[in-house]
Amino acid sequence: MSVLAAVVSALAAATLGDPALEARALALDQEIRCVQCQSEPIAQSTSDIAASMRAAVRERIAAGDSDDEVRAFFRDRYGDFVLFRPPFDPRTWALWAAPLALLAAGAGAVWTAQRRGRGSDLQPEQGER
Amino acid sequence: MITEIGAFAAALALALSVLQGALGIALPRSDANSAAMRVAALAGAMLVAIAFAALVVAFVRSDFSLAVVVGHSHTDKPLMYKIAGAWGNHEGSMLLWCLVSAVFAAALAWRRGAQDEGLWRRAVGVQGLVTAGALIYTLFLSNPFARLDPAPMQGSGLNPLLQDPALAAHPPMLYLGYVGLSVPFSLALAALIEGRADQNWAKALRPWTLAAWTCLTLGIGLGSYWAYYELGWGGWWFWDPVENASFMPWLAACALVHSAIVTERRGSFAGWTILLAIIGFGLALLGTFLVRSGVLTSVHAFAVDPRRGIAVLVLLALALGAGFGLYGWRARTLGRASGFAAVSRESMLLWNNYGLAVAAGIVLIGTLYPMLVEAFGGGLISVGPPFFNATVAPLLAALFLVLPFGPMLTWRVGDLAAAARALWPALAAAVVTLTATLIASHGRAAPALGLAIGVWLVAGGLVYLRVRLRRGEGGPLRKLALLPLAVWSMSAAHIGAGVLTIGAVGETGFRSERAAALTPGESIDFAGRRVTLLDIGAVEGPNYSATRADFRVERGGEIRTVSAERRFYPTAAAPTTEVGILSDLDGDLYLALGEPAERGSAAWIVRLYYNPLVQFIFYGVLLMALGGALSLTALLRRRSEP
Repeated sequence: MSVLAAVVSALAAATLGDPALEARALALDQEIRCVQCQSEPIAQSTSDIAASMRAAVRERIAAGDSDDEVRAFFRDRYGDFVLFRPPFDPRTWALWAAPLALLAAGAGAVWTAQRRGRGSDLQPEQGER
Repeated sequence: MITEIGAFAAALALALSVLQGALGIALPRSDANSAAMRVAALAGAMLVAIAFAALVVAFVRSDFSLAVVVGHSHTDKPLMYKIAGAWGNHEGSMLLWCLVSAVFAAALAWRRGAQDEGLWRRAVGVQGLVTAGALIYTLFLSNPFARLDPAPMQGSGLNPLLQDPALAAHPPMLYLGYVGLSVPFSLALAALIEGRADQNWAKALRPWTLAAWTCLTLGIGLGSYWAYYELGWGGWWFWDPVENASFMPWLAACALVHSAIVTERRGSFAGWTILLAIIGFGLALLGTFLVRSGVLTSVHAFAVDPRRGIAVLVLLALALGAGFGLYGWRARTLGRASGFAAVSRESMLLWNNYGLAVAAGIVLIGTLYPMLVEAFGGGLISVGPPFFNATVAPLLAALFLVLPFGPMLTWRVGDLAAAARALWPALAAAVVTLTATLIASHGRAAPALGLAIGVWLVAGGLVYLRVRLRRGEGGPLRKLALLPLAVWSMSAAHIGAGVLTIGAVGETGFRSERAAALTPGESIDFAGRRVTLLDIGAVEGPNYSATRADFRVERGGEIRTVSAERRFYPTAAAPTTEVGILSDLDGDLYLALGEPAERGSAAWIVRLYYNPLVQFIFYGVLLMALGGALSLTALLRRRSEP
């Protein structure tokens, strides 16, 4: 019986009983960084610390935390580094603005090229490819 | 002795590649100089080959007087991995880089084809300087022939994770791709030095670009496949900086493959094609820098030496400085654009380049951003999958939405309405997929949309094939046989992109996983299968010992067995996993063996993953590479015709 109890408790740490909660935990495992490993999420790492971080995710969810509260829990302990989702603050404004800026700059370049290419009396070219 | 020959050969090759550069760029143009340049290129390539062979021999013979052999080999290692060990380390892989560059220089020198002589000799000269730069870096900052005295009796072995066939082939493939991009770079610089780019120049550029893109596709695919079955958590892409380092040149090469078509066919976009060729090689060098410098904390950063990182940065600055400098000076003299309408093949290819270039830019910024923040004292942040999935994925989805229209439109002016009419079956297939997935997944819009886009690409490629078949003459078989190789290659690559999309979205959106403690004989129901742990025991491998678990998997009356291992290499600190994978058309059952559930208990933790459609990812990569290879064949065949 004691072996069975140990197994059950080991599993309790490894997975949550409710599939919906466990799905949230698995999604969070993907975006929380293992603090000891190199560029790995805790979902991937086989290290002991990742295992305890996974257990902590489940503990927080079981305690009723929302996803954001779980993220905040880890950020408070390990800093922004622990989250693969970059924070949104003055340091990262440029990061989040960059895709929009690139899209706009590229669109400008395409527009220029289109205008330059516009000729009069264009006939379709029939042929291969 | 053999090692000294290798080191000497490499030094001599450096002198010859500098000479090759001088003959192509600095010295006056004459038949004698061109002939000398050819001989220098060929002799240089042979010498680097000798140097590389000497290194391979040292690995095969476990010559522990060489520092790299000590660090990366072991007498117990199987022969194949002793050989692969020659490039499974920083120094050896740099020598491989030099070898590929020198061989490409020789190929460029000896296959002039219809190229203008002035442009050709400049290109061979620049390629000589690229080889010289790589050799200087290798010989002075990462010398594979460095000795160790006294020589130890045993090596410290290869990382067991890397002892794998896919990973033995992964670096050479990536390097063929990276260095392959140096040839378009050389051709681009040649065009800028001469101040012109003709259609034969674009014709010469295309096979190199295609070859580089195909090798990058295969190299990245191999790395991803390896990560999938070796790392033991069912993932295949993580937007890791090292993955991004290979993805950025791939995006640039993919854009270049397309823009070079326009430059060759219509003479347009010559300036942009040149700029892309420079950027592509710059990104390949940046990839090398990111991986080799140790600025990234990642398993790939096996060279943690700041001098090396700085040296690669200097080479990168030289290449980009020369490239952009010449571009700024000469870009205006390059050919004029020929006209095209907003709805035309040219315009579609322009949008293709827009999507791919912006994607490469986003990946670049996302990859470098954490270093920038840290450099400016902003502390440590991570930019990972949530950022890239929110930015690059929708951009690629938008690109894929318009992709099937591209091949359907004619050059100069296209007929959008006719293309849309022809594509309606593809649209219907996509809408059916979207609706069915939305219903089956209880309204999960993002993965449903992703799957629909994948189906749209596949069906769009098939529609294009059908349109081209109908245009032919004679019976159906004759039509099939007469279809140009270029049509097959384009369809294969585009359908491959669709198949890859279906796999990527299916796996990411619908994967499930579970952990369970199982004792032998115990079963668990998972993803429509009943998985039973049959037996667990110790096995001995050639240079490791392992715990092996055998499973029986029942699915709808069909019974199969599969095993998973946990391996302990005496040369490594941590155990590695060998997962058990059962592939079906709908997806993979993926079993990884963990640790004993409790000390002394018979139960073991088993992690079960169901990865739907995941094999489509790798089939898609293969189809794309097949498309590249077919297109390359078509181009080379065309080139050999008079």
